[in-house]
Amino acid sequence: MTDVGRHPRIKLYTLSEVVDVTGYVGNFTAKILKKSRYVDEKACTACGDCAKVCPVVRPDAFNYGLSSRKAIYSPFPQAVPSAYVINASECLGHNPAVCAKCVEACSKGCIDFHMSDEEITETVGAIVVAAGMDVYDPTEMDEYGYTRFENVVTSLEFERLINAGGPTRGEVVRPADRMRPKSIGFIQCVGSRSARKGGAYCSNVCCMNTIKSTLALKEHYPDMDIKVFYMDIRAFGKGFEDLYTRSRRLGVQYLRGLPGTVEETPEGGFRVAVENAASGAVIFYDLDMLVLAVGMKPPESARKLQEMLGLQLTPDGFFLEAHPKLQPVDAATRGIFYAGCAESPKDIKDSVTQASAAAARAIRLMHKGEILTDPITSEVIADQCKSCGRCAEVCPYHAITVDVQKKTAAVVNTAACAGCGTCAAECPFDAIIMNHFTDTQILNQVDALLAEVPQEKILAFACNWCSYAGADYAGVSRLQYPPNVRLIRTMCSGRVDEKFIWEGFAKGAPVILVSGCHIGDCHYIDANHWTKKRIEKIHKKMAKRGIRPERLQLEWISAAEGIRFSDTMHRIEALRQTVTASEIADTINMLKPTY
Amino acid sequence: MEKSNSSSPRPRIGVYVCHCGLNIGRTVDCEKVAQKAANVEDVQIARDIAYACSEPGQQSIKADILEHGLDRVVVASCSPRLHEPTFRQMVQSVGLNPYVLEMANIREHCSWVHQNDPDAATEKAIDLTRMAISRARSLTPLEPDTLPLTPRTLVIGGGVAGIQAALDLADSGFEVVLVEKKPSIGGMMATLDKTFPTMDCSI
Repeated sequence: MTDVGRHPRIKLYTLSEVVDVTGYVGNFTAKILKKSRYVDEKACTACGDCAKVCPVVRPDAFNYGLSSRKAIYSPFPQAVPSAYVINASECLGHNPAVCAKCVEACSKGCIDFHMSDEEITETVGAIVVAAGMDVYDPTEMDEYGYTRFENVVTSLEFERLINAGGPTRGEVVRPADRMRPKSIGFIQCVGSRSARKGGAYCSNVCCMNTIKSTLALKEHYPDMDIKVFYMDIRAFGKGFEDLYTRSRRLGVQYLRGLPGTVEETPEGGFRVAVENAASGAVIFYDLDMLVLAVGMKPPESARKLQEMLGLQLTPDGFFLEAHPKLQPVDAATRGIFYAGCAESPKDIKDSVTQASAAAARAIRLMHKGEILTDPITSEVIADQCKSCGRCAEVCPYHAITVDVQKKTAAVVNTAACAGCGTCAAECPFDAIIMNHFTDTQILNQVDALLAEVPQEKILAFACNWCSYAGADYAGVSRLQYPPNVRLIRTMCSGRVDEKFIWEGFAKGAPVILVSGCHIGDCHYIDANHWTKKRIEKIHKKMAKRGIRPERLQLEWISAAEGIRFSDTMHRIEALRQTVTASEIADTINMLKPTY
Repeated sequence: MEKSNSSSPRPRIGVYVCHCGLNIGRTVDCEKVAQKAANVEDVQIARDIAYACSEPGQQSIKADILEHGLDRVVVASCSPRLHEPTFRQMVQSVGLNPYVLEMANIREHCSWVHQNDPDAATEKAIDLTRMAISRARSLTPLEPDTLPLTPRTLVIGGGVAGIQAALDLADSGFEVVLVEKKPSIGGMMATLDKTFPTMDCSI
């Protein structure tokens, strides 16, 4: 940690959050909001004179409220930067001079109440998302009585209790009466592996964390009675099984079955009812203290970062990698990498491993000092452009400039163009070519798809990042669905031109599906808003022409939603079967004059 | 069938239908798909292949490109999200533009999801390949641009993962901007007592 603080090439912003990111791989611009510390980070020597005189006492969050601190405090002894910080909402303030005792106490004059929040802009080529995780709050699991009984603690509170640098200097005592417990019970999978409460996934670290804690306890208190209630012990990593065996050899009892109820005894201990998973018998255990092995949750910031950076999340809420086996640290967005628990629950070793991998991936990108852009960008045919400005209006990247007044042709900044193709789909004069996804290329696919027995086929457009990937995920999961659907890939659903739809119907398509990322998840900021508007417009035209609007479907399917993709295909096939031959023939006839 | 511009020479397309061992081959009749493809206009050569992505597989496609003067290549195999870069490099290594490569996804979108209906899966694979061929016919070479890059990395989060990533990058000579929302770095790790397997202090 101290290496980070003094590294000449690391610029550290604490109390800071990334609030906006624009740009693309190689050249991102990040806006960072740095909240005020009210203490000069560089001048402060962490002598602590300020805290001594501070009259405000508050629970110490670092110790989960098991100890107290002042309104001006050091987060923890080894903090980096090792400077004190004022919690402004707790501080009594100095204006009017209510308190300001700390200012007087500080001989170096580090404290400045006039410090204000700063907004900083940084340009970077790559981004590593290491946003960490949140801890499951066991309040909702009332059967364990976390909020009712003081002597029921979480595994993290227990970590602070047994830590030599913690509030009790490593002496394990019950929070309620400061008595050393003679017996401790650990309850596993609190907030993990449950469809009902917490996450359905395994949080990965809690088994080993408990095993480690039992060993530490046995080292301090060899006679302590320790019981672990579990459903499975997952000790799969290198050296894990050895640790587990050691814990059992030292007399820790591992009991299969999770407690159904916890009742407090008059002595402040607990009577725990556990159904033996093997015999079905309910057995009662008396224990002085309980530790809940709480699971991990995705970080609170996940949703915000996901939207800001155009990333994807799994249904669990953790970040989705570009490929689960071959690109496990890459985001689907080029230049962004994942490290640590933000991607999935993992222990320190795995976090460090993934972080090194993410660094290596970022270095692989940066070491050449330049970057090859994807030539999948749009291009204006100047002769055909009527300078209406529609393309510039819909471009999510403001990559197109057009002077509507002077009637000069639109110009695409290819460096800023990300290649969604919305401009090409929206141009009323066909004056924009979307390279690699041209009208001709896509219409050729539509025609080939519908060349034979079109009435039996389902034409589906899928965006590369979400829906096409969702279809891949359905494949990887071997989800079976009707075989008559054929997908046409576009980079974004925003590329799906109105004329592709009419071509499909004119060539006898019974139903057409357009699919893309969920609103808010679009890989191209918000290009799929235009998809939605366009489909609504086509629906109206269909209704006017006497074509059943249901025959054109719009569905949002994310890269993690293989099941949703498969379900959608079943639904669309059912819809297809309702479309009659005469309906299709009428549509073909009606659309003939325009083609 | 759509005719391309008569003034330019007809495209010369090679089509390769991958078995992916049994992943595709067990469900889809790859030989039949290749035969059907061979009859499509502009297709010079079409054949099935055990593993298109393997070294021998790529070598044989490259030999065909040179021997038959192919200027478009269609590989019917797995998802382009997996092997498009592989096959783009392959065509590039024998002098073609990487953007004249087109893939038909007959694994994730076909053999794996229609395992119980081999006939329908084969029909679908034929269609998907035909669609890829007609798209390939109108593909044009594209050239990437070179842009300057900022050799700095933003690391969001100063827990153990962010710290490690930042140090690895910085020690390799790259600048890092590390952003942490708490007053100190250290994250969850800093709150832990002795950590496995070394059982030493986590900080």
